[in-house]
Amino acid sequence: MKSERSPAATASRKAPTGIAGFDEISGGGLPRGRTTLLVGGPGSGKTIFSLQFLVNGARYYKETGIFVAFEETSKRIAANADSFDWRLPELRRKKLLFVDAQPKPDLMQSGDFDLCGMLAGLGAQARKMKARRIVFDALDIVLALLPDLTARRREIYRLHEWLLQRELTCLVTLKAAADEPSSITQQPYGFMQFMVDCSVILNHSVVLGVSQRNLRVQKYRGSSFDENESPFVIGKAGFEVAIVRLLGRVDADVTNERVTSGVKRLDTMLGGGYYRAACVLITGFPGTAKTTLSGAFAEAACRRGERTMFVSFDSDGTEVVRNLASVGIRLDRYVKNGLLRMVSARTINGSAEMCLVRIKAFAQEHRARCLVIDPVSALSKSGNELTAHGVAERMIDWSKADRITLVCTSLLNEISGQAEGDDTSLHVSSLADTWIHLSYLVQAGERNRGMSIIKSRGTAHSNQVRELILSNAGVTLADVFTAGGEVLMGTMRWEKESAERVATEVAEVARTLKRVTLDTQQAELEVRLKAVQTELIAKQVERTLSARTTASRKAEILRGRVRMRELRGGDAAAPRRK
Amino acid sequence: MFKFRLYVATGTLNSTQAVANLNALCRAYLQGRHEIEVVDVFREPQRALAEGIRMTPTLLKLAPPPVRLMVGSLSQTQRVLETLGLDSGVT
Repeated sequence: MKSERSPAATASRKAPTGIAGFDEISGGGLPRGRTTLLVGGPGSGKTIFSLQFLVNGARYYKETGIFVAFEETSKRIAANADSFDWRLPELRRKKLLFVDAQPKPDLMQSGDFDLCGMLAGLGAQARKMKARRIVFDALDIVLALLPDLTARRREIYRLHEWLLQRELTCLVTLKAAADEPSSITQQPYGFMQFMVDCSVILNHSVVLGVSQRNLRVQKYRGSSFDENESPFVIGKAGFEVAIVRLLGRVDADVTNERVTSGVKRLDTMLGGGYYRAACVLITGFPGTAKTTLSGAFAEAACRRGERTMFVSFDSDGTEVVRNLASVGIRLDRYVKNGLLRMVSARTINGSAEMCLVRIKAFAQEHRARCLVIDPVSALSKSGNELTAHGVAERMIDWSKADRITLVCTSLLNEISGQAEGDDTSLHVSSLADTWIHLSYLVQAGERNRGMSIIKSRGTAHSNQVRELILSNAGVTLADVFTAGGEVLMGTMRWEKESAERVATEVAEVARTLKRVTLDTQQAELEVRLKAVQTELIAKQVERTLSARTTASRKAEILRGRVRMRELRGGDAAAPRRK
Repeated sequence: MFKFRLYVATGTLNSTQAVANLNALCRAYLQGRHEIEVVDVFREPQRALAEGIRMTPTLLKLAPPPVRLMVGSLSQTQRVLETLGLDSGVT
């Protein structure tokens, strides 16, 4: 087992290639001051890889290099390299030298020869340029000219000595069919193994009609490396090798920010919306409004002023815009002002890898913050079944790393009879943070769309099935009518709702009526109460008066008797006690 | 008049043989009407690179035309003669 070395130490012992993904796989690049063997069949990309190694060395790592071409002429190679953004002509002035060493076709040969002439010339040139890197492209061509095995071995030794003396990081390419690994161990290539510290195999095969390219580091002395086959594509910047995020990389910052899904009630169901930089999967059978829902998201994003990209595999971009306009989602003005970019991905032919590379390139060009892929299940079509899951995984990794909120739709195939909730072979459902499922309910001669949230990580979400309503005013959700265990949608719901409404009105009216009646009664009673109170007061007054009258009469009678006695002449005797 | 330029890597076996073989050939067939220029790639590497010399030893027949290029130690005399247009019949 190779021991762990500190990153700093490793870095100086390796020459970084600058090729996307390769330095990660090889643990830092090619072995510095040593020879690497690059083997592959015709058209597998050896020349491009080796040239890119030199170009990046010159551009990014201040290491000049020499490219010794045994098969193609330097003119052809440079012309082919024009399709990449390497700015080769600039580099050729001082930092990258091409040496044409193609054997002349009319070469006459007599007796044994060697490569001293070439090495002497190269040596002088390398010294002059202070070259650190050198490539021998298609060395097998010149080795084949040597008369016998002994001669070949001798020249390989000579080359090895020469390289060691100058401590050049060397990359030798050889043509060999990668699916015949024995050819690599055959002479003289097998003999070369002693001088080769690292060997890389490029494979280009066509699987079910789709071209797949793979790269594999077969051996690397003194270093750990990723031993698996890694797919790669040749894009605008040259080689791009695919890697899944390696452990040990720092995770992207997690955020609590929410973005709207485009449908208000859906946001409520999700506790605020989708998380920023989350991956949302919308699945459903054909026609269940997946594109519409993703279009609503795109529109909401544009309204916020965020740059958005919509990748459509099924329809042309302009068609999608037109179709969405019929449900009140107006994307055309955002396309016009440049916030929204529509990509018609049907025009990308090639493997799923190629699709991902293109999508990434477009997204980076557009500086997209929100991305819709409709449908992502298109990646697993036509010969891509094996690779599609890896591609989907990497796509989600990339979108999270770049803080892009990703909404994917995925088609469930009615014909293949997949059960609801089942995903395609992509298994994106386990990678996605939020999974929304759209379905049909067929009832009473109607098809109505239902929407439910199957999962949403990090959110307490509603578990109800809602009805999705599309109108030319936009996308809305309605509560599904559930009564007595029955689920009703569409017109039946509407019927039930109106019946309910009527019943409510009737009840309301009855209540009002009752209230009015009671009010009347209350008023009546209040009046009566007042009347009785008045009577009571009158009676009390009467009672008081009568009492007074009685008292005053008594007093009068008494006074009368006393007067009479006085008048009769009697003395005012003390009145008899009675 | 035959003009030759022989690019050699001095010290290597092939180049030494080539020099010897060429000298012998010229003595045998071109007595008095040959000129040999020997270029040492170790001493003039830039020249070798510029003139496209990749393998050593390389023999360049400059005159009489046509210009012919030959690689190797020149051990197979018959082939050399054929290439130089010196095979039987020409003296």
